[in-house]
Amino acid sequence: MTTMTMTRAAGNDAVIEVENLVAFYGEHKVLDDVSLQVRKGEIMVIMGGSGSGKSTLLRYLLGLHRPVSGVVRLFGRDINRLSGRQWTGLRRKMGVAFQGGALFNSMSVGENVCMPLREHTRLDRKTMRIMSRMKLEVVNLAGYENLMPSQLSGGMLKRAALARALVMDPDLLFFDEPSAGLDPVVAADLDNLILRIRDAMQVSIVVVTHELDSAFKIADRITVLDKGRILMTGAADEVRNSDIPRIRNLLTRTHEEQPVDADDYLRRLTGSTD
Amino acid sequence: MQAAGFRGFSERVGRRVAGGVEDFGYATLLLAEGLFWIVLGRWWRQPVRLHSMVREMMEIGVLAIPVLSVLAFANGAMMAMQGIYTLRDFGAESQVISGLATAVTREFGVLITGIVVAARSGSAIAARIGTMQMSQEIDALRVMGVAPVRYLVSPILVALLVTMPVLTLMASAMAILGGGVICLLELHISLATYLDRVWAVLVPADIWQGLFKSLVFGVLVTLVATSNGFNASRGAEGLGRATTRSVVLCISAIVVADMIFTFFLIL
Repeated sequence: MTTMTMTRAAGNDAVIEVENLVAFYGEHKVLDDVSLQVRKGEIMVIMGGSGSGKSTLLRYLLGLHRPVSGVVRLFGRDINRLSGRQWTGLRRKMGVAFQGGALFNSMSVGENVCMPLREHTRLDRKTMRIMSRMKLEVVNLAGYENLMPSQLSGGMLKRAALARALVMDPDLLFFDEPSAGLDPVVAADLDNLILRIRDAMQVSIVVVTHELDSAFKIADRITVLDKGRILMTGAADEVRNSDIPRIRNLLTRTHEEQPVDADDYLRRLTGSTD
Repeated sequence: MQAAGFRGFSERVGRRVAGGVEDFGYATLLLAEGLFWIVLGRWWRQPVRLHSMVREMMEIGVLAIPVLSVLAFANGAMMAMQGIYTLRDFGAESQVISGLATAVTREFGVLITGIVVAARSGSAIAARIGTMQMSQEIDALRVMGVAPVRYLVSPILVALLVTMPVLTLMASAMAILGGGVICLLELHISLATYLDRVWAVLVPADIWQGLFKSLVFGVLVTLVATSNGFNASRGAEGLGRATTRSVVLCISAIVVADMIFTFFLIL
């Protein structure tokens, strides 16, 4: 553990760097001057309520959107300056487990896990099958490879998606809402699994979640996102003990009362502009 | 009040036109990218997989054969009945054969093939891609470094370009057979004589015309169905609307395109 902290402190080994990212959805600003670093080997949790912009930020980190204002660098390379082939190369080093799993419904679990191997390597079928079984073993789904995704429960879908994300042995793993829609026990299982994977595979992990318990349990560092802005980035304890009012509200789950201007309220209701 | 109404109307028309232009542009890009992967995919190390092409050919082409045969046969029989009824006044019933043979090979064989394929696969393709869009499967493809167009559109494009001409030939044959059965029953012309007459009337250009159109229809169905799938809005309602729109647009595109081509090919 100490060596790990040392290497982390040693410096500029960021796998993800985001600088001054601004994003709009139509006229609405969803990300406002977001800057962020994810270091090698750490678990970074991006936390925020719904509408905080965390899903949008994730889409930028995955390269599903190209930044118009600001810079996103993956493994030190500006994603706006990558050719199609360089992108493909980079994507082999990234694994993503989507919220609902996003397994291909027409394929069995085993075929789903094999899919990245089939597309990016020239391994023979048997090797691919062994590799996919290994990853299914890691996520405790051994023996399920012949089932179809529709036959799996919510927790199993997420674990199968994790196996697919891991099959290329990525350096960077993204996990979108690992505990959403799961009961507490299954969610806690998944948290343990994420920790185990980080230790076993030395992979940097970015988790997007709105679940506090899970965030504090797995995070090395937490970024709190609110209304498109980063409120703070820090170690789990720093966030827990923060005295920034918005963060305290998030942590204690209290709703922030906004002062109501009577005139403004009436104007909004009647829709008149005068 | 009236001015405001007119403004609202013209604004809606304007939006519709702009939307139409946008759709057209999107479909053109889709076609370009689809063809790009078919031709250069292997070199780009993203080949269009043979097994997915074969699967689409089965799904879109082979499984359409039974219903297409029945419809084409019935269509040919109806045309023969109408032809005989109309020509009877002139005592020229047997001329029905030459009319039927050219109309079927140039026009109705390919038209009914297009409509059957659009109705069967236009909705299925849009529904499949729309569902994948909603469950983030398309995003999953992209983050895996798999171009969604290469994986989803190109196999369908290949499958339609291969199966449409074959289906068209088959549908034309079935329609001619349907006409033959009616001629046998009504005019007592034997099938052998009937087929001899058909063969004597037809020139290669008739068949080429049908085949050429079938390729155009194949491209239209691919583009309309896939683009509706990719642009399906969220939720069950969005998906339903996308599939309906896909079928309606596929069939409209086929019929209008058919008219335009016939205009230029015949006149």
